[in-house]
Amino acid sequence: MSIILEYLRRTKGHKRIDITDVFSYVYLALGVIVMFGPIVWLILSSFKTSGEIVKFPPRLLPYRQDTVVVEGYADPLPLYEITFEDGSVRTLAQVRRIGLESQLVDPANPGEIIKVNINQRQPVESVYFGLENYKEGIASFNFARYLWNSVLVTLVATLLTLLVNSMAAFALSKYKFRGSQAIFIIMISTLMVPLSVVLVPVFLVITNVGWNNNLLGIIIPAAATPTGVFLLRQYMLTIPDELIDAARIDGASEWRIYAQVILPLAKPAMAVLTIFSVMWRWNDFLWPLIVLSRSEYFTLQVGLASFQGELNVQWNLILAMTVLTLLPITLVFGFLQRYITTGIATTGMK
Amino acid sequence: MFVQPGIKRARNALEAALSGLYDLVISLLDLIFGTLQRLIGVRGMPYIFVLPNLLIFGIFILLPMLLNFVYAFTGGASFTPFDRPWVGTANFDRLMDCTNYLEPRTCGEDLFWRAVYNTLGYVVIQVALMVLFALVTALILNRSIKARGFFRSVFFYPVLLSPIVVALIWKWILQENGLLNGILTGLGYEKIPFLVNAQWAQFLVIMISVWAFMGFYMLILLAGLQSIPADLYEAASMDGANHWQSFSKITMPLLMPTMVVVLVLSLIRAFQVFDIVFAFTGGGPGTATLYLVQYIYNYGFSSPNKQFGLAAAASLLMGGVLVVLTVIQLVVRREEN
Repeated sequence: MSIILEYLRRTKGHKRIDITDVFSYVYLALGVIVMFGPIVWLILSSFKTSGEIVKFPPRLLPYRQDTVVVEGYADPLPLYEITFEDGSVRTLAQVRRIGLESQLVDPANPGEIIKVNINQRQPVESVYFGLENYKEGIASFNFARYLWNSVLVTLVATLLTLLVNSMAAFALSKYKFRGSQAIFIIMISTLMVPLSVVLVPVFLVITNVGWNNNLLGIIIPAAATPTGVFLLRQYMLTIPDELIDAARIDGASEWRIYAQVILPLAKPAMAVLTIFSVMWRWNDFLWPLIVLSRSEYFTLQVGLASFQGELNVQWNLILAMTVLTLLPITLVFGFLQRYITTGIATTGMK
Repeated sequence: MFVQPGIKRARNALEAALSGLYDLVISLLDLIFGTLQRLIGVRGMPYIFVLPNLLIFGIFILLPMLLNFVYAFTGGASFTPFDRPWVGTANFDRLMDCTNYLEPRTCGEDLFWRAVYNTLGYVVIQVALMVLFALVTALILNRSIKARGFFRSVFFYPVLLSPIVVALIWKWILQENGLLNGILTGLGYEKIPFLVNAQWAQFLVIMISVWAFMGFYMLILLAGLQSIPADLYEAASMDGANHWQSFSKITMPLLMPTMVVVLVLSLIRAFQVFDIVFAFTGGGPGTATLYLVQYIYNYGFSSPNKQFGLAAAASLLMGGVLVVLTVIQLVVRREEN
């Protein structure tokens, strides 16, 4: 018990290593395996051939059978290690297999055919990170189309989100006008009602606007996020009003005050909203699932979901495509990690 | 050495080009907004600024919320609200029609009650585990350990993944011939049908969602821990407080507001569980992982006989619970500030 208690305490800046440190590092090591192991396994599996991927028990690394080009045969031949009855072992290339019999040749002496039982052979394999799954997946899965849709939606929606929400936040933070309180309160109160509970009417509205199977149907509706307005408004409130008065005296229009005085100063909050918007749009699933039913408009997430729902699942291709879809978001995280973590910690939203 | 200035120059050129473009766009838009301002005056401008947001918000958020009430109190199979006959509270009565509320089989809408109980079980266990793991991880990461940034990133990384990717990764690991069964057989155990067995599916859905969201709450708790002034601990240890005392008398009370925020946020999220499960089990096996949002989705979109009224009524009931939870959170946040 006392160990557990000690383990829970806060120990910043102590010097000697004690039992709580051991506990911490064991927990963290297990955590790394549990949190990151699945990702590593996904990446390793995505390089496996369709034959290797269905093997049980699975092997950690992707293997591929070695081949050799033998004189007199057009295609490269697979290599096998053959154990003969006398105990000798030779590495031979298989020409063909007939029933239980395997016909092989020695690459050094291609004229002579050696016949053995298939139980005597053992494939010669080496670790191989091939891009075949990626190439085939991109070709068969209409990946380019889905990628283009996803990129388009993410970019346009994020730009629109930034513009529309910052304009509203500017008005709500820097002007006193009739109705501003009411608008703000209504917006904030809808923060608590998630899309998932208004699925049917949202679909009705989108259908009536005519945005079914139209990328506009997923770009526009989500552009006005109450969260975004709230985040930007709170930040803009901290910008002193004197700057605006000074600009007005200099003859700047309200639009220029917004675009050239306030926006540059609100950059940190805009950066946070940008990151969130990219994350939201790129990973969005429920909304595109409802709005898009024709596959040429699918985003990557909907495409992946429909691909894995098909009957004989080709895991090697799916896994390769999954790795591709998480590349962009991983890169964004790598470069903007600091903004993301502080953004979440300070705003408490995702 | 020679590359560096090149990159710098290129970046400067890019920045200059971008800010030039920005200025151009702003000036062009200023022609429109400047004219507007001359027409309606400075006092009218804030309305212009909120207008785009308000239009989108009104049409795609506010209007659907109001329409949801129309659906909930009307019946029939029509999708157009005006073609639907008024039925009063019939949809709610249908949902609430039970001889014994604890036994879904006795209810008119047994699927709804199954979804309610599944969701409740999921919410209670998932939130408890989530808060526990997030708290322990945050406490450990708040210590002076090596490579803290690395560990924090590792625990946070799954938060970035889309629900589909999360579901696919785990389906791949837990399928019959997957990694986990491979390890089990390697250790001499029998294979476990993780995705076919109802209890396993329910348990795994919870664990996977904890895996996927835990880093998010850990980060909020970590920020809460770091805002506790260090001199409090120094003062306490000078007064002879032991570790347990400083944990229970300083850390926990000062972390409480953050804990409540985390608790309510994770509760709200847990009630809406849908997309990961949708891609992971599809609600199965049977109805073992059928949760409320999927119940609504099924009646609104995928079922052959769509029942928009029932779906809307169910979503209003669920929305009510969420509103209560959010109000609690807002009140707590206000007290905190």
